[in-house]
Amino acid sequence: MTILAIDTSNYTLGIALLNEETVIGEYITNVKVNHSVRAMPAIEALMKDCSISPKQLTKIVVAKGPGSYTGVRIGVTIAKTLAWSLNIPIVGISSLEILTASVGRYFTGYISPLFDARRGQIYTGLYQYQNGDLQTIYKDQNVLTINWIDTLKSLDKPILFVGNDLPIHREVIERELGEKALFAEITEHNPRPSELGLLGKTRPTEEIHSFVPNYIRLAEAEVKWMEANQIEETK
Amino acid sequence: MEKDLYIMGIETSCDETAVAIIKNGNEIVANVVASQIESHKRFGGVVPEIASRHHVEQMTIVFEEAMNQANLTFVDLDAIAVTEGPGLVGALLIGVNAAKAISFAHQIPLVAVHHIAGHIYANRLVKEMSFPLLSLVVSGGHTEIVFMKEHGHFQVIGETRDDAAGEAYDKVARTLNLPYPGGPHIDRLAQEGKPTIDLPRAWLEEGSYDFSFSGLKSSVINTVHNLTQRGETVAPENLAASFQQSVIDVLVTKTVRATKEFQVKQVLLAGGVAANRGLRKALEEAFYELPVDLVIPPLSLCTDNAAMIAAAGTVLFEKGQRAGMDLNANPGLDLEIHN
Ligand SMILES: [Zn+2]
Repeated sequence: MTILAIDTSNYTLGIALLNEETVIGEYITNVKVNHSVRAMPAIEALMKDCSISPKQLTKIVVAKGPGSYTGVRIGVTIAKTLAWSLNIPIVGISSLEILTASVGRYFTGYISPLFDARRGQIYTGLYQYQNGDLQTIYKDQNVLTINWIDTLKSLDKPILFVGNDLPIHREVIERELGEKALFAEITEHNPRPSELGLLGKTRPTEEIHSFVPNYIRLAEAEVKWMEANQIEETK
Repeated sequence: MEKDLYIMGIETSCDETAVAIIKNGNEIVANVVASQIESHKRFGGVVPEIASRHHVEQMTIVFEEAMNQANLTFVDLDAIAVTEGPGLVGALLIGVNAAKAISFAHQIPLVAVHHIAGHIYANRLVKEMSFPLLSLVVSGGHTEIVFMKEHGHFQVIGETRDDAAGEAYDKVARTLNLPYPGGPHIDRLAQEGKPTIDLPRAWLEEGSYDFSFSGLKSSVINTVHNLTQRGETVAPENLAASFQQSVIDVLVTKTVRATKEFQVKQVLLAGGVAANRGLRKALEEAFYELPVDLVIPPLSLCTDNAAMIAAAGTVLFEKGQRAGMDLNANPGLDLEIHN
């Protein structure tokens, strides 16, 4: 078994190779440079360094969002095309789950991984490790940071926040949640592609053709179109 | 006997997800196009984000259909040719990354193709090219006259300074309350009407092969506005006919003049607007007497497709052009430096 894991859903570009027992190789960068230019060369270089040829791959695991629409699409397109053309299964994993798995395995409180979604919003969800299993408490969503904090106020355990976009939202979280809020260290903010691969090891595979990113949000034109048409209806 | 050459083409520059496979540069063995036009109609134009989302949904389905049609395996493919640009960046990215993934998975050489080179090479699927030649490229985003002295060599001798002809069609169609996309509707209306309204023709400077359609477009809008002000109605078929004749007059006259100046052997029509019946007829009439071979591809090869990308890709592949795993989408790609 050889798994190729691909994450291009946010600024962090992550590629990993795993087999039954070990992580064979892992590549992570966190720079604002086009994933379209760098994803395939990174896959090519990592596989070459690990002496693994494309035909040896047995599964593709990909981060399916939320995140940058374009970023997610690049990873999902590469993953779908590799899986289809090599005739191997594909698994999609939430980008927020990868971030959670990269930081909280031995933490007993709640974990809120986040990516900035602009205009005071974040993509987040609430996760918790229970007996070593990653459980979803609140599903991935696009929410105003301030509303998200309100949701978390009643929780009885500390909440660990993680993600490279944390500095944008940290002040308000700290102010509203006080000591209940914990913040991951900078070494923990890059989602680890090996965790992505590990999560994908046991999850159900997707139907390749119909597999699509989880954008969470509709395209803006669709939202506007729906608004416009509702206004027409009520006139 | 030499081995047959099989090239796969991939095209996702706008709202069609297309994959084709052609043999020896001119024989189509598979040609699959998934159009998204129905999905964009309600927005009155192509929405880039929605186009990109559809490409992700369609890409592997279209690949599979093309491979099944061709009845080939990856081992049979000599190269993967993909549209690098110009076009919508988010849409191009899907084709480019899918192409790279197949190229890497099966170690097949990758070739980057300019979308307009593809439109021109659609003609080679109909008839062998003879050089030097001229191509009149008319589409939603382009209006240009391209001179080719040999395979893979493109020189733009004239281009639009503002709107592309296709854009002007879409805007005029909107003025006449015709549904999107407007081009075919204007073409149909124009057949029913007469060019009774005097509209301008932008010839530009003496000897220029450039085009300009924004003045014509404004003139149509003003004409409709003024008539409505006076309480008169516009006969849409006559307005469509007048507009179409103005566009065609300029396109055909400049093409004929360039044909003579550059002493070409062949003239190729290319691009989506090449489906326009009025334009096809006017070109056929103008070239009837001339000692030049006029080639007009069938409608299915005029609109965006991947067979044309594979056809252009074949020539570039034979010239030794190769793209690497770092190939990116280039929405503003220049045709001339690309050879
Ligand atoms: Zn086109």
